[in-house]
Amino acid sequence: MLPWYQDPVNFIAAWLRTVLSGWGLAPGAVDFILTFLGAGITALLGMLWVIFLIWYERKLIGRIQDRFGPNRVGPWGIFQPFADMLKIFVKEYITPAGADRVPYNLAPILSVASVLLIWAVIPFTMTIMGVNLNVGLLLIIASGGLSVLAVLLAGWGSNNKFAMLGGFRAVAQLISYEVPMVVSLLIPVILSGSLGVNDIVKAQNIPFLVTAPVAALIFFISSVAESGRSPFDLVEAESELVAGFNTEYSGLKFGMFYVAEFLHAFTISLLFSTLFLGGWRGPFAEQYPLLGFLYLGIKTFVVYFVVILFRGSLPRFRIDQMMDLNWKLLTPMALVSLIITALVAQPLVSLPWVQAAALFAANAAILIIFMGWAGRKVSRKRPIVGRPRPLAVPHPDDHMPVEP
Amino acid sequence: MSALQIIFLVIGALTLASAVMVVTARKIMHAALWLVLALGGVAAVFATLEASFFAVMQVVVYIGAIAILIIFAVMLTRKVMEDTGPQVNRSWPWALLACLGVLAGLVYLLSNWGGFLTAARAIPEGGENLVQFGQALTSPSGFVVPFEVASILLVAALVGAIYVAGEPREK
Repeated sequence: MLPWYQDPVNFIAAWLRTVLSGWGLAPGAVDFILTFLGAGITALLGMLWVIFLIWYERKLIGRIQDRFGPNRVGPWGIFQPFADMLKIFVKEYITPAGADRVPYNLAPILSVASVLLIWAVIPFTMTIMGVNLNVGLLLIIASGGLSVLAVLLAGWGSNNKFAMLGGFRAVAQLISYEVPMVVSLLIPVILSGSLGVNDIVKAQNIPFLVTAPVAALIFFISSVAESGRSPFDLVEAESELVAGFNTEYSGLKFGMFYVAEFLHAFTISLLFSTLFLGGWRGPFAEQYPLLGFLYLGIKTFVVYFVVILFRGSLPRFRIDQMMDLNWKLLTPMALVSLIITALVAQPLVSLPWVQAAALFAANAAILIIFMGWAGRKVSRKRPIVGRPRPLAVPHPDDHMPVEP
Repeated sequence: MSALQIIFLVIGALTLASAVMVVTARKIMHAALWLVLALGGVAAVFATLEASFFAVMQVVVYIGAIAILIIFAVMLTRKVMEDTGPQVNRSWPWALLACLGVLAGLVYLLSNWGGFLTAARAIPEGGENLVQFGQALTSPSGFVVPFEVASILLVAALVGAIYVAGEPREK
């Protein structure tokens, strides 16, 4: 047991446990209360954290687009999200006629829950984590399946064609991008020999970004696609689908989707820094677990900055380009790098530095080959289906009414 | 009755009820959503048995795949996806009889099985041993043949799907 200033959360948990046991509660009931409290606090902090994220992202996007961003409410506009939040709380809920009530109302809840589910298995420091599940990584993948379901429920339940089309697109996109994501997640599993997230962090004496850069790249791209943000925001492409699956939502129900999107963007940064940048690891993180929280925070914000840069600077894909990128580039690249990682890593297991160097070289070779050869093949021009008809140009034979 | 047993009974009742709803729901979309709930209940049963790997796989494979199933349902069925005809035909008593007969037979067979009375083996600290499970799937003395057969079957299904879906090549 570490002293309180090194590991406060577990200290408080142990103290609460003795207090509750002192009141004569059964050990099972004490466990239940502590788990409930832990889950509640984690979920609450996660959702409150979104208030800051919204301000941060709007400010950054503003800077990228040569604007100030929010700057009226409080210093640097930092209280702007609070004003927005209060506004969205008092707005009216509109349920469209013919909506399928239960799926319609379940979808926003499910979309936030599927993101918060990931927080249950992320180790924030060496000792603070929801559950040290031995299949933590699979739980992360499973939560992706739930978010697909949420989008589809929203699309179906709204009784709106645009919402339905948005839902269809979402399923096509999210399920396709799940393939390279799962395959690229297998590479940290091979290198660390475990599916538990904390074990993966502990195995990163050399961060997996160095030993598996291809997997990191694929995971990053496909998880941005999973979060459904620009440049992968075809799900709610406003120029084509009004607002996609959340067209018919208003008030806090829309707010839930909004929260889910921002939380998802932050969560993928958290995941990336946990799985590929060494998570809470850093100097003295094992003696002072609270330092690990700081390290994880810094790494996460570096990644989150890149995610926002992605959103701010890249235009939206067309749907065929998006599918080409996934099936013709990312998936083969993930499969090849999985096989090569397994072949290179296994014989050199006893020599960690040689293994890291060999893996880095192999990954660089994969990247060069795919970028140089396959990348060019994927980005070829596609033939247009049918000849374009110049609808706006009047036919010369047509009788033209004379302008008065 | 311990808390775990109560939880099991609740989950079991929920799973069975939603399984019934799968076949009685009028809209095919609702049937698919009830199927999600039923499969989620099975995942919860796995979780209460501390088989976390199977619980999570249940969610990944089934609930993830349901979304595709729903899309197919929407694309392949009638416009409103709502059937208004009667849900049973003339011979439903015979079907019920056959089902009850099979159920009785299964209950009789299982009640003669000794497996219910042997104590469950304790699960080692930190959940089930995934390494052992993986090695059993790939070792010749384990389950390598069924595992590979299943893989080949899936590859064949993939190739077939691509062949069916692909445009016919011009000669």
